[in-house]
Amino acid sequence: MEESTRVVESCKVDLVFETADGPVHALSKIDLDINKGDFVSLIGPSGCGKTSLIRVIADLEKPTGGEIKVNGFSPEEARLKRAYGYVFQSPALYSWRTVEGNLKLPLEIMGIEKAEQSKRAAEALKMVDLTGFEKKFPWQLSGGMQQRVSIARALTFYPDLLLMDEPFGALDEIVRDQLNEHFHKLWEQTQKTVVFVTHSIPEAAYLSTKIVIMSPRPGKIIDLIDSPLPKKRTLDMRETPEFLDLSHRIREGLRAGHSYD
Amino acid sequence: MKEVFEMNWLRTSSFVSISTVLAFTAVIWYAAAVYLNSAVLIDKYERHKVEWDFSKLVDDSWSMDRPIMPAPHQIIFDLNKSIFKQKISSKRSLIYHGWVTISSTMVGFAMGGILGILLAVGIVHVPTLNKSVLPWIIASQTIPILAIAPMIIVGLGAIGVTGLLPKAIISAYLCFFPIAIGMVKGLRSPDPIHLDLMKTYNASKSQNFWKLRWPASTPFLFASFKVSIAISLVGAIVGELPAGARAGLGARLLTGSYYGQTIQIWSALIVASVLAATLVFLMTLLEKGVQKRMGVRL
Repeated sequence: MEESTRVVESCKVDLVFETADGPVHALSKIDLDINKGDFVSLIGPSGCGKTSLIRVIADLEKPTGGEIKVNGFSPEEARLKRAYGYVFQSPALYSWRTVEGNLKLPLEIMGIEKAEQSKRAAEALKMVDLTGFEKKFPWQLSGGMQQRVSIARALTFYPDLLLMDEPFGALDEIVRDQLNEHFHKLWEQTQKTVVFVTHSIPEAAYLSTKIVIMSPRPGKIIDLIDSPLPKKRTLDMRETPEFLDLSHRIREGLRAGHSYD
Repeated sequence: MKEVFEMNWLRTSSFVSISTVLAFTAVIWYAAAVYLNSAVLIDKYERHKVEWDFSKLVDDSWSMDRPIMPAPHQIIFDLNKSIFKQKISSKRSLIYHGWVTISSTMVGFAMGGILGILLAVGIVHVPTLNKSVLPWIIASQTIPILAIAPMIIVGLGAIGVTGLLPKAIISAYLCFFPIAIGMVKGLRSPDPIHLDLMKTYNASKSQNFWKLRWPASTPFLFASFKVSIAISLVGAIVGELPAGARAGLGARLLTGSYYGQTIQIWSALIVASVLAATLVFLMTLLEKGVQKRMGVRL
């Protein structure tokens, strides 16, 4: 793979939190390369460091060892260049702003002119299928709709890299399926690079081109699966033998890494 | 605004409960007037060897010139006389005195509000201020205002500052505190996740403040404002007590107590409490308006 297509390049990344009860090893010697256009899922039991890893990529945590590059720069430089859009576990919408106001927030901060702001907000809202909800306040929307707004918010400033920390974790199965399907289409259209934290095996198998399986204490990568599925996915595909094989392999990986202490 | 009125005033159940409480208060008040005034009256009857019975005692105790405890109707007559039957510019008009007090209340509230908000902004953004200023702010409120008010009035008078400003300073001294404390809490109220979000956008400090911390703090701001504006009125009245101010509700209270004019004292007290209630009510309306714009579920 050519150097220019590397989006994330991490080499022996360590992250240790100093706590009152002594150091906690959140990440240990993480080697991971993510290429342009990849959809990478980080999956593992809680405490395996998947959220820590995505936060290190986003420069929300500073690694205590090793080296990591985002688009060839340090994570801090990449953050200052606004290289990525981040979607949190909860929608994190500002309650005092309408849907449209929330979508314009990053654009206002980045100093984009007013007319362009409205255009991009409308465009992003269309992508998540919420046209017509511009003037609603967050509390007037369901949880799933709020999370779609938060995804739209991350798309407004056209980042090439999307970092998503269990964006659908708090939603019920049906809504989650819908959003998975919807989001897959969005990814196909936009060709963005996505790093996606999840603890759902079907979600990881359905969405990803690459699945990274992690295990806790200390958080490390124990398996890396290149998805054998075709790039275009449908929800029906989840009944095919290939999909079930893939899910099985992920589950085996998780089981192997799970410690019962 | 129309909805607020409908909600608060036209709901019959609340009308019934309010009038019940009022009636109950009136009964207790009239009884208390008889009880508290009776000793003086009985003493007077005996000195003047006047024949008296209970109904005469009740009548007299509700119509004394300088009662220990005036009856409600005496206060209402006095209010009527000093509000509606006087020229507004007259020294006997409670509207005149109320206006004097209200103007220093408002100036003091504005000063205290700005001071409180600035202190909170400093405390939230500068760690040293958090450690060094906050204890002083708290200490400042342990000094009884009655002790410090005369010193402020006299001290400022010595350098030629008199009139509205010294009183406003006393108001500000009282009302910056709840605003500073409330706003420190309010400016710190955003979730970590919201702060992280701003960080991913590489937002500047001022963007962080105006787009996140400031709007997030508005519920705290209004809660503090409602407390402060009432305290500010108290501060203005206290500021009128020492050094013999000639105008203002505080001055009315003071002259009333010099001359034993209890009815006058009660009238001034009632005007003060109606003013305080009105100020808090107006603040609530303002809050509702802002909440509506900010999409708060009402």
